[in-house]
Amino acid sequence: MYVYDEFDRAFLAERVADFRDQVERRLSGALSEDEFKPLRLMNGVYLQLHAYMLRIAIPYGTLSSDQLRRMAHVARVYDRGYGHFTTRQNIQFNWIKLEDLPQAMADLGEVGVHGIQTSGNCIRNVTTDQWAGATPEEFDDPRIWAEILRQYSTFHPEFTYLPRKFKIAITAAPKDRAATKVHDVGLRLHRNEDGELGFEVLVGGGLGRTPFVGKSIRPFLPVRHVLSYIEAIMRVYNQFGRRDNIYKARIKILVHEIGAEAFAQAVEAEWANIRDGALKLTDEIIDDIRARFLYPDFAALEAEPAELKAALEDPRFATWYRNSVHKHKVPGYSIVTISLKPVGAPPGDATADQMDVVADLADAYAFHEIRVGHEQNLCLPNVATKDLPELWRQLDAAELATPNVNHISDIIACPGLDYCALANARAIPVAQEISKRFADLDRSRGIGRLHVNISGCINACGHHHVGHIGILGVEKNGQEFYQITLGGRADEHAQLGTLLGPAVSYDQVPGLIEDIVDAYLELRSSPKELFIDTVHRLGVEPFKERVYATH
Amino acid sequence: MAAPQQQKLKVNGPVAVTANRLSDGAVVWRTAEGSWSTALADAAVVTTAPEAIALLEGAHKRDTDAVGAYVAPVILGDNGTILPGNLRERIRVNGVTFALPGSDTPASTLPAA
Ligand code: HEM
Ligand code: SF4
Repeated sequence: MYVYDEFDRAFLAERVADFRDQVERRLSGALSEDEFKPLRLMNGVYLQLHAYMLRIAIPYGTLSSDQLRRMAHVARVYDRGYGHFTTRQNIQFNWIKLEDLPQAMADLGEVGVHGIQTSGNCIRNVTTDQWAGATPEEFDDPRIWAEILRQYSTFHPEFTYLPRKFKIAITAAPKDRAATKVHDVGLRLHRNEDGELGFEVLVGGGLGRTPFVGKSIRPFLPVRHVLSYIEAIMRVYNQFGRRDNIYKARIKILVHEIGAEAFAQAVEAEWANIRDGALKLTDEIIDDIRARFLYPDFAALEAEPAELKAALEDPRFATWYRNSVHKHKVPGYSIVTISLKPVGAPPGDATADQMDVVADLADAYAFHEIRVGHEQNLCLPNVATKDLPELWRQLDAAELATPNVNHISDIIACPGLDYCALANARAIPVAQEISKRFADLDRSRGIGRLHVNISGCINACGHHHVGHIGILGVEKNGQEFYQITLGGRADEHAQLGTLLGPAVSYDQVPGLIEDIVDAYLELRSSPKELFIDTVHRLGVEPFKERVYATH
Repeated sequence: MAAPQQQKLKVNGPVAVTANRLSDGAVVWRTAEGSWSTALADAAVVTTAPEAIALLEGAHKRDTDAVGAYVAPVILGDNGTILPGNLRERIRVNGVTFALPGSDTPASTLPAA
């Protein structure tokens, strides 16, 4: 857990007071909409189809139980009793009145959370692995580096008005759970042959209208240089990035146009001038940030306690355990994923009551800590394995134990046309219908790992390009249509999906997905071959032949 | 369902002017009296571009009531009822097309915010 200091709190209180004043002046007419809009966006407030939406950052996906409880309170008092966890480790409230926003923000600010860096052309909240600090795979806790970047980027005057928004993701494990290759900058922490910690630096990844997988511009950057190197990247971007056309202003376009090699050279040249300057991190700075992350007081526990062995006799528990529980770096502890994808529900939504349940369970069993991952699920990173059976019973009672993590019903979906003013088509009801078709858990377990990602328009908030099955809403003559891609992935082997064929109508999507899955079951070399690997081996053609023949 | 910001003002068929209420974002419709109403039934419906532009200009005069005004298609039903003209507007009028979390009823049947 990260401990905020007084400066952070005072700053937040000031920021809320400013916003309260801005809202009052807007409501009285002293500020015009054109003047107010950038101000509200800087605080994470959007106007959607039916209401204002407040986006709150969950820095590096880490939440305390008090913070989550406060989010439940905001959902209950100012909204309609639920919140939506997003792919960028944010939470969104969909129905808050402008008049109530300052008070909602004040309530959230008291526990140190806010909407700064969730919108606008700034460096957005840095995202990372939701298993940070808990997974045995990691080389270091990536949140330390995310926090160093947060402090550097939040108030950097040059970076408040970039050509476009700028997203950074960090992973410190070989398995990439943070989709670093589809961010403007991806940082992959690892050790070199001498055992030193450093980052592989990727640039120019991104989704949206023009998707790209990030290119590696430096295989190893010693950690103490991370800020100067990012600064060099930002300077090159700021200098050469296009401001004339918002569709071309992202760093990915620059990297694509001049080439990764030329971009890398420009960065290296810039960096040579500043690498040993003020931004070079000293051990004191790193240790100071490191010291602000408090780790639980882990006890010496049995790795396979009797409670677990007994509970595994219950097939429902066993199914959940195999699906949602992962290995912790400390023996006797486990990482628990909480699916926010109950069959037929909007992906990523949690009611205020569910948030309270999770907060209480985090207090009882997980050292008061909760994580949010980019797949729109929650996670309790530090649970004593002996407590799993009791934890599961309580999660199950709150409909929070659907054992479908990484299954076909664990769908990422953006708000789509039900909420979003930019949408072409709905995304949530499509996800609901697909998850209903695959409600049978034996069936979905037999299919294995399969990520379906849905976006309601080309902005790609639902990461459709990197779904094993990607679904993109388009518009044809005023009707909702959907393009399907296969073979995308967001992990360390990130790849963009390939178009399967002509777009299909809203009603045809669920059937088409079933046909794709049937084709996979027929085509796979063995039950061990995952969907993504079958697509990789065979390409989309054999799928296309089978699927479109039946439609 | 082209987003309104992309549309050029071509009017072929009945249209109304809609926006979001400043104070809470609720969907509102421009009335013939030059005010705003949350009920589509109160909307001023016009069928030509000049009339639509006049409605829009009226809507833009003050920005303390409603924001983001644009022209939206409507359908005239029997005995003068006004219906939203496309899916986007249907969703704006009736609410999201699924049950909100924690409720068994779609948003459209919840009391207005
Ligand atoms: C409904 C309000 C929303 C609006 C108006 C909105 C708008 C946008 C826009 C305009 C872009 C494209 C930016 C670009 O490529 O330059 C974008 C990208 C993105 N949005 Fe949203 N969004 C919304 C909700 C969400 C939600 C709920 C999520 C998470 C589930 C999300 C996650 C993302 C992500 C991850 C991208 C990045 C795609 C990339 O890498 O380029 N957005 N959004
Ligand atoms: S992908 Fe498009 S429809 Fe979906 S939330 Fe983003 S902007 Fe809206």
